[in-house]
Amino acid sequence: MKMMSNFLLLPIIIPFFFGMLLMFAPKNIRFQRIGAMTGLSIAVVAAIVLLFKVKNEGPQVVTFGDWPVPFGITMVSDMVSALLVLTSVILAFFTVWYSIAAIGKERESFFYYPGILFMVTGVNGAFTTGDIFNLFVFFEVLLMSSYLLIVLGGEKAQLRESIKYILVNVISSALFVITVAYLYSVVGTLNMADISVKIADIQQPGIITVIAVLFLIVFGLKAAIFPLFFWLPSSYAAPPIPVLALFGALLTKVGVYAITRTYTLFFVHDMGFTHELLMILSVLTILAGCIGALAYFDVKKIIIYNIIIAVGVILFGVSQMNDNSLTGAMFYLIHDMLIKAALFFLVGIIIAVTGTSDLRKMGGLMKTHPALGWFYLIAAFGLAGIPPLSGFIGKLLIVRGGFEAGNLWGSLWILLSSLVVLLSVIRIFIYAFWGKEKGPLQPVDKGYYRMMFIPTIILVVLTVFYGVGSEWITPFMQDAGNILNNPSVYTDAVLKE
Amino acid sequence: MKTNDVILKTTSHVVFFIIFLFSIHVFLAGHFAPGGGFVGGLLTSSAIVLLLLVYDIKTVQKLLPINYTIMTASGLVLALGTASIGMFMGKPFFKHYFDHFYLPLIGDTELHTAMLFDTGVYLVVVGVTLTIIQSIGGDD
Repeated sequence: MKMMSNFLLLPIIIPFFFGMLLMFAPKNIRFQRIGAMTGLSIAVVAAIVLLFKVKNEGPQVVTFGDWPVPFGITMVSDMVSALLVLTSVILAFFTVWYSIAAIGKERESFFYYPGILFMVTGVNGAFTTGDIFNLFVFFEVLLMSSYLLIVLGGEKAQLRESIKYILVNVISSALFVITVAYLYSVVGTLNMADISVKIADIQQPGIITVIAVLFLIVFGLKAAIFPLFFWLPSSYAAPPIPVLALFGALLTKVGVYAITRTYTLFFVHDMGFTHELLMILSVLTILAGCIGALAYFDVKKIIIYNIIIAVGVILFGVSQMNDNSLTGAMFYLIHDMLIKAALFFLVGIIIAVTGTSDLRKMGGLMKTHPALGWFYLIAAFGLAGIPPLSGFIGKLLIVRGGFEAGNLWGSLWILLSSLVVLLSVIRIFIYAFWGKEKGPLQPVDKGYYRMMFIPTIILVVLTVFYGVGSEWITPFMQDAGNILNNPSVYTDAVLKE
Repeated sequence: MKTNDVILKTTSHVVFFIIFLFSIHVFLAGHFAPGGGFVGGLLTSSAIVLLLLVYDIKTVQKLLPINYTIMTASGLVLALGTASIGMFMGKPFFKHYFDHFYLPLIGDTELHTAMLFDTGVYLVVVGVTLTIIQSIGGDD
């Protein structure tokens, strides 16, 4: 047992601890804001240190309570998880910053920030855990907090959508436990590394493939893949923008991560079936997302459907199962988390300024808010993957991986979808920023506007760096792709101490 | 018409303490026998719910002036704090320590850090259950 391997728990424990502290004085808004910002900045620092630790020393492992490995709950921080954990705390930090102006005092004094911090705890835990049942537990932690965040405020739409959201998630959670029980009854272990080894031993008989498809349904409901995305667009549109940004950037990605992990670590012996299915579903997911993204005039809906497209693109990369496609999927996953949050922030400002989310009622913002317009354009290009912005490298690698695996049509489909993505976000630009003003702008306080705009700018700039500096980021992504492509790296780190 | 609840009130004065003491017993039995913080907490909350049935929320608030949110938060801090002991001793998170102590009157007793963790769980369960019941039952 290495000393200090407990360090990998810090990005989980710190938000948790600060969430508890905030519960002691829920009505003191100043304390809430400062506490949440402090907690998350410490977590960001811890996550950065952890990232470099993983880079230099390889995967970090700790098993709770000093129990021997397959019996205790193991937490594993490999490159995949370290990158995702860092991204999630960064996004939570920016969301809290943006929320200070955007969310309103009523919500702030009703456990809004503790809700975010507990959700981050759950998300980071889900990214880090090496125990399939513990993954379920962390899913519940993040879902509980997301129930709070989606219903907080109690507007009519929120109440209606939160019932739908809770129902879908309760059903998928129940199915999750059932599936874990099936898996346990076959392999007799819950430790993810151990499961991987045991499945390899028995060469994935049919029953395991059935369980693989069940897992796809469970995580697919959370990740919003075709045809299980039906609940997402309307549910995500209900809560206010900062919550939407956090959900869109983090929650679906936890589902994507879970699919990625199970489909690269466990179910890799019958790829003709499982990964083929995943590929077909991901292509259909992109199709469904594209249709939605072009069909709506509601800016929120357009970006929400773009979430679904991105989920399809990432999972297509995962389904190809080669070095390039997996590295690309990781690249694209992190890119998408950052850019989606940035876009939601920008759209939130547009909505705050114009007082509507309907494109047809907007126009001429370029004259009054030029900076907003240009940053929106950069983010939009980044989303579509125009080089050298952040979406480019990931998509390039995914498509190259697709060609290498011989899936010409799927790869071409990804390329085509980029055009649709570009069109859908440029439509917002054209409608909102070009043309004449179509109505009086909302009087937005200068100070508040700046409070929303500054975190947004920084996040957009961050995505630009992510694209331009991809040379520097590539080694991290290659490590992540490598560990996804070679399950033995992961299992050796856990089982051979 | 005012309902006559003399019997309910009189018995609840006794029954409340029976349930409460039993909940503490179950809570302490927790380590080697069935029981623990979760069940103990639920039993304690059920004792308080009995009071809520007999009296109203205001009376019970006056009787037990506890802020259940803070109770929940302190429980969480206690549980996390206990789990983190291992981190400061260079052992994995959640490491469990125990030893034998000689306590006056009780004699040789085994004390576990799991007990502290369970106390945290107990506080969280009581706090959360009563917050839920108060916000559903309290109409204002």
